Amino acid sequence: MKPNTPLERLYNGIIKENPTFVLILGMCPTLAVTTSAMNGLGMGLTTMVILAMSNMMISLLRKVIPDGVRMPAYIVVVASFVTIVELLLEGFIPSLYDALGIYIPLIVVNCIILGRAEAYASKNKVVASIFDGIGMGLGFTIALTLIGLFREILGAGQIFGFTVMPEAYEPITIFILAPGAFFVLAMLIAFQNKFKIGSARVKEDGTTACSKSSCMNCANTLCAGKTAAGLQDEKGGSAK
Amino acid sequence: MSELIHVSSSPHIRSKVKTDYIMLMVVIALLPATVFGIYNFGPRALMLICISVATCGLTEYVYERLMKLPVTIGDFSAIVTGLLLALNLPASVSWYVPVIGGVFAIIIVKQLFGGLGQNFMNPALAARCFLLISFSGQMTDFSVPEGAFGKIAVDTVSGATPLALLKSGESVDVVSLLVGNVQGTIGETSVIAILIGAIFLLCLKIIDLRIPLSYLGSFLVFIIIFGGHGLDINYILGHLFGGGLMLGAWFMATDYVTSPITKKGQIVYGIILGILTGLFRIFGGSAEGVSYAIIFSNLLVPLIERVTMPTAFGKGGKRNG
Repeated sequence: MKPNTPLERLYNGIIKENPTFVLILGMCPTLAVTTSAMNGLGMGLTTMVILAMSNMMISLLRKVIPDGVRMPAYIVVVASFVTIVELLLEGFIPSLYDALGIYIPLIVVNCIILGRAEAYASKNKVVASIFDGIGMGLGFTIALTLIGLFREILGAGQIFGFTVMPEAYEPITIFILAPGAFFVLAMLIAFQNKFKIGSARVKEDGTTACSKSSCMNCANTLCAGKTAAGLQDEKGGSAK
Repeated sequence: MSELIHVSSSPHIRSKVKTDYIMLMVVIALLPATVFGIYNFGPRALMLICISVATCGLTEYVYERLMKLPVTIGDFSAIVTGLLLALNLPASVSWYVPVIGGVFAIIIVKQLFGGLGQNFMNPALAARCFLLISFSGQMTDFSVPEGAFGKIAVDTVSGATPLALLKSGESVDVVSLLVGNVQGTIGETSVIAILIGAIFLLCLKIIDLRIPLSYLGSFLVFIIIFGGHGLDINYILGHLFGGGLMLGAWFMATDYVTSPITKKGQIVYGIILGILTGLFRIFGGSAEGVSYAIIFSNLLVPLIERVTMPTAFGKGGKRNG
């Protein structure tokens, strides 16, 4: 896929660099508000709207903002949009506003938003930046909804508030408490790593051998550094 | 002259003590407490023990098969985990409680961290705490199921454990604590049965006295100072013999994987355990605190080991200029 096209940005945000499962950013709302699928969806969409708008604004202003004060400038831009969205939520969807509580104002310091502003929007054109925001936001929304879905089914026996488990099912309460968020997040990351790293490795050169010279920048943690160490051993052997 | 001289690298002397031997001995040492638990709480306790052991064994087998790892079911460690988990459950819980606990203990706590020897926390106790948070109603309901053989002297209606009685300011009968005619989880009630197993393990040198004695000793000191009853012998013995303290101190705090290997570290670990248990029991919301104290101390083990690592011969000291 051609880089910086809208479609590539969406794919990048949702799959390749999913902010929750791959970049592990924005953990505070991820762990705190995903007690139900609805909360996860609400938080994800709220963040997505703010992310797309702030990316757009920062990309527009990227030649105006002096390098030395770019962080305060980003914060002001993001905070303005957060305030707008917060007031809109309070006015039109009060139930979601109450459920998310303090985590809506905290979107201002969400690493994903500042991270995308710094890493992408400040260097790229407006349209690509908007789609980058939407892609990242969708990735975040999907991740949060998934986590919320699992936690809600296991911890309350419900999906989006509708009881789906049979009468005899006793909810495993720990899943709607804080430890459950860690368990579910870790399991989902483990599963997607299992499939993603496996397929990436075969695609690279068709074998299990590692073509990279060091393990520092490699995403493949399954080999546990053995391949590069083996290569170094071979080099050491030939030097003798 | 044709005699071959066999040359091999070390090790030259191999110990006969292997993991499966140690684990089998632990299972044997747990038998008195297990048998007494079944006597005390009836066939339902036997059923829970079987379910728990079977779940842990099966989970280990299936996980290792699926992940194409060597199957380590033969080292009995999963059996020990299952047995300890069952001994930490009240006899009245539903059948699925040990199933969920067993799967959690083996997969999440043990296998995902690399299997036996790599788990940072006692799997059985981590599972017990998981269940305690998840099914708090069932896990604290100590009413005796029907068909129990033993006669449980303490109030069978409300199902109050000795620690709950102590917490509400009542006194307990120390003799029935020793024998085990009290409410509690399946394996924790009888101090005598636990001590028989502990002495068996001590004689085989599978466990030593450092962790249990520093644990119990520091706990005693804590109770005397902060318990609010001073040297009231009934109160002190009630705390010492009641609840899961004995089972925890002799069988779970001494778990090789999750306790320090340094001698000094083991004493530090025991003292931390004693203080934490005292804190949780006296100042905490619930009456019992042994399992939380042990899994919390498990997390401190790497730090304790780093601080108490003995210096190797020749290292450290002054350099002669």
